[in-house]
This record gives sequence, C-alpha cells and structure tokens, in this order.
Amino acid sequence: MNIIAELRHDFPVLSQSIEGQPLIYLDSGATSQKPQCVIDEINDFYSKNNSNVHRGLHSLSENATSKYEYVRTQLAKFLSVNSKEVVWTSGATESLNIIASGVTCDLNSQDIILISALEHHANIVPWQQAAQESGAKIAIMPINKQGILDIPAAIAMIEDLKPKVMACTHASNTLGNINPIAKLIDAAKKVNAITVIDGAQAFLHLRPNLSQLDCDFYVGSAHKALGPTGLGFLYGKFDKLNALSVFKTGGEMIDKVTYESSSYREAPAKFEPGTPNISGVLGFGAAINYLNKLDPIVLHQYEQTLYSYCLNQLQAIDGIIIYGDTQNNIGTISFNYRDEHHYDIAMLLNSYGIALRSGHHCTQPLIAELGIQGTLRVSLAFYNSHNDIDTFITALKSSIKLIAG
Amino acid sequence: MNYQEIQNQLKKTQSWQQCYREIMLFGKQLPVIPDCLKSDDALIQGCESKVWLHIDLDESRGTILLIGDSDTRIVKGLFAIISSMYNDITLTEAKNIDAYAEFESLGLIKHLSPSRGNGIQAIIKAIQEKLSQW
Ligand SMILES: Cc1ncc(COP(=O)(O)O)c(C=O)c1O
Repeated sequence: MNIIAELRHDFPVLSQSIEGQPLIYLDSGATSQKPQCVIDEINDFYSKNNSNVHRGLHSLSENATSKYEYVRTQLAKFLSVNSKEVVWTSGATESLNIIASGVTCDLNSQDIILISALEHHANIVPWQQAAQESGAKIAIMPINKQGILDIPAAIAMIEDLKPKVMACTHASNTLGNINPIAKLIDAAKKVNAITVIDGAQAFLHLRPNLSQLDCDFYVGSAHKALGPTGLGFLYGKFDKLNALSVFKTGGEMIDKVTYESSSYREAPAKFEPGTPNISGVLGFGAAINYLNKLDPIVLHQYEQTLYSYCLNQLQAIDGIIIYGDTQNNIGTISFNYRDEHHYDIAMLLNSYGIALRSGHHCTQPLIAELGIQGTLRVSLAFYNSHNDIDTFITALKSSIKLIAG
Repeated sequence: MNYQEIQNQLKKTQSWQQCYREIMLFGKQLPVIPDCLKSDDALIQGCESKVWLHIDLDESRGTILLIGDSDTRIVKGLFAIISSMYNDITLTEAKNIDAYAEFESLGLIKHLSPSRGNGIQAIIKAIQEKLSQW
C-alpha cells in the first residue's frame, strides 16, 4: 500500500492548488492524469526526434517509425492480441464510428442492433446513424431500478432477437458498473452477432484480456489510461476488422493509386490515412510501460479499497442517494443529495478544491431512465489517496450545511 | 434587495463559501414566480441548469421589469443579482449597464465562463437583445 501511495508523486498535476486549497482530483473517468514519464516522452519526441513516420529513409523518420510501431506491439501485448489487429484512432469515439459505419453496408431493415441502456452517447449515436442509413432497428438491453444491467433479460433478448450487432460497454462511465460482458459475448456469438465492447472506462481499471473475452471489437481512449488526448485504439479480430469498409481516405492507407481508382492496404494501415498522432502514440507507449511495471492485482485491490472507503462514508451521510452497482464497480460513484440540484453541490465542492463531474455524463438516456436530471460523479484512480476521500467527504458535509442553512 | 445592498453584502464575504452562501440567500429573496411562467418558451438553456426569464417594459413608468427563476440555487442567486441591476431603472439606463463589468467588480466573473455551463452569459445576452428591440 505504501508503494502505491508514493505513485501519486509521479503525477505533477496532483500537486497544485485550486481556490487556494490542494486539488483533490476525483474526475479520472473524464480523463486520467498523466505521469511525468508520459510528459517527458512527448517532450523528448518534439525536442529530439520529431519526424514523420512511414516516410523517408532518413534516420529520424526511421527511428520515429520503429518507435511508433513498437507501441502498437506493446498495446497488442497488453490486450493479448496480434498487433495487426490494433488500429490507432483519435479516441474511443472515432473507433466506434469506424465500426458502426464500417458494418452499415452489411445491415438491412430486418436487422437488429442491440445496445445496453448504460451506453455513452459515443456508443449510441453512431449506431443510430447506421440504423438510419440501413433501415436496421435499435433495441435496448434493459437495466433495473438501481441502474444494473438485467442479464437474464439481456441474454433472452440476444437469443430471441438474434441481433446482427451487440454493442455494450465493459464498464459504465456514469455508474461505474462492470458489466458481465463475457456472458453477453458468449450468448451473442451463438447467434452470430458482431460483438463490440466499449472499453473506454474499463481499460485502465480492468486490463482486459481480449483473447479470453473473444469479442470481435474492443475500443478505448489513451487519455483515460494515463496517456495523452487525441489518441485511441480500435481492436478487431483481423478478418472482421479488415472486412470493415474504410472510414477515412487519404495517404498512407493505399496500396496503389491511379487517377481513376485506388486499392487499399490491409488493416491496420487501411484505417490510418494521413499523418498519425505520433507523439500521442509514443506518450501512450510510456503510459503502457508505466502500467506494466505495476502489479495489476495490487493496484486493483487498492482501487477497490479506496472505492469501498468512499462508498461507506457517502452511505453514512443522511440524504445521499447512490446509483448503480456497488458490488461490481471500477471505482466510480454517482450520487445525489436529496432533491438538490447536482450543479449547486458541484460548485460548492469546487470551492473546496474538489474536482468531480456533475450532469448527465454523456448518458442522457440512462439519466432519463433513472428518472433524474443528473448526478455528481466521483471517479477514482490508483493515484487517489484515503486523504483525498476524507477531504472530499468533509467538503461535501460542509456544502450540504451551506445549502441547508 | 437592491443592487447597492447586494454589492455591500458581497464585499463583506471573506471566503468563497461565504460568497456562495450570500448568493444563495439572494436567490431565496427573489419573488416566487408561478409555475405557468416557467414555460419552455421562457427557458434559457444552460448546460446543467434551467433558467426562466421574463422581461417587460412598464410603459407608464418607462422602467424595466425582470422576473425569473432557476432550478439551481446558485444560478437563481446570480439571476437575483442581475435582476437587481436591471429592475426599476429606465430603458436608457438599462441599455448602459455593462453586466460583465459589474460581475467583474463583484468578483464573480468566473461565473460567466462558458465552461461553467450555467447560462448566466446567455441570460445577459437575452436581456441585451430584448432591450435593443425597444
Ligand atoms: C464509456 C465511454 N465510452 C466512450 C467515451 C468516449 O471517449 P472519447 O471522448 O475519449 O472518445 C467515453 C468518454 O467519456 C466513455 O466514458
């Protein structure tokens, strides 16, 4: 535990003050903080190695290309997949767009796209687009009153509807619920559905083993996993990935171009036209290195201890309402205080230096389903401390007093 | 409460918490508006909070009448500050108010930042637009 407490010092942002008080960062679900090694890597690239990749024979370019491609193998190893199955994108959002638009031509008006009630807009809107263009229908796997996916109902839907696509988040960004996606993937495979898992929130906390999960597609964002913004990944089983229609076109992705037509290269190059986010990839490489040095089990246990500690203290405050699955959770707590507006409490908490998110968290259908306007959301990461939570709880109690008084 | 009183109250506050407390108290003193005035066409949409705004010109006295409400305490209080600036003054006076400068001098300018998503900026804009039509 002590070693973990030291890790906090690797994150320079965490040592600053807000409104004259130490920053308490409880918004890692929105974006994680970055360790110094990631910042250094990006800095190093621009100060020493900057050049384009896959172009030119000169040493700088060659060096950048091999580093860039090396990070792809690093991520592939992290996910237990093959590196030609990993595409660099601008983020989870773009990855989901590539998949949805890439399968649209295979969909027709008889087809069902099955998603869960817990999805982020990024895993809803691209499917709505696909449905609109193809005539396919969207169906929703339901949640119970607490906001937990109803697994028997979801599996029954998969068996009955035989969807063409089953897209589900590994962990809910709003509630933190870890969905039992292995069960859903199993059921979906039996009816030959394309399985798409949104790992934006889960990647950092759960370190998914994709060869075990055996889904067709899995997506994530580097910035939610210690890496820089503007970069994400799309994993796809090679045949399924390569079969997607192209999303963006341009240089680097083609095999041969004449003025009349072009032939595309195979995945992953097929989905990476133009100059990529080279510094982002290298920075993410440093983030993966950083994570590889930490024992995932120890880290997970620590995060779970923090989560329970925070949850217990919140539950002890009269009037606090907590949503979501508190048994299987990545360390994210959505709550409200009585019928107070989340905005007021978030503003007051900010005046105590507490950074958390309030609102609908880009899950408007879920918030509507829960019958509320929004929530306050604490999202933890391993660089948080028990002291962070104590400070937060004290500030929350003071904020409640201010509102009541 | 008039604007002068609000300025004095805010000047006395020594921390952000005290300041918020005062702001929320200003909101509590706003006259309650009937639910029928909280209609969708009176809604100014901030990201996180709802604000309903009605603005009228009292023709006989030539003064401005501003009423409204919000579903959040802090935005309601900020609205109370705005309404104290505009209520019961003449149209010409109202047109000369620089609400941004006033918020600056009250030390509340950060509430106008769009990232706060509270719609205060939109309220001020809506008022100014309405005034320019008269
Ligand atoms: C579950 C989930 N999916 C998708 C996204 C979209 O990620 P990005 O904005 O990095 O593309 C997010 C980001 O909040 C998320 O939490």
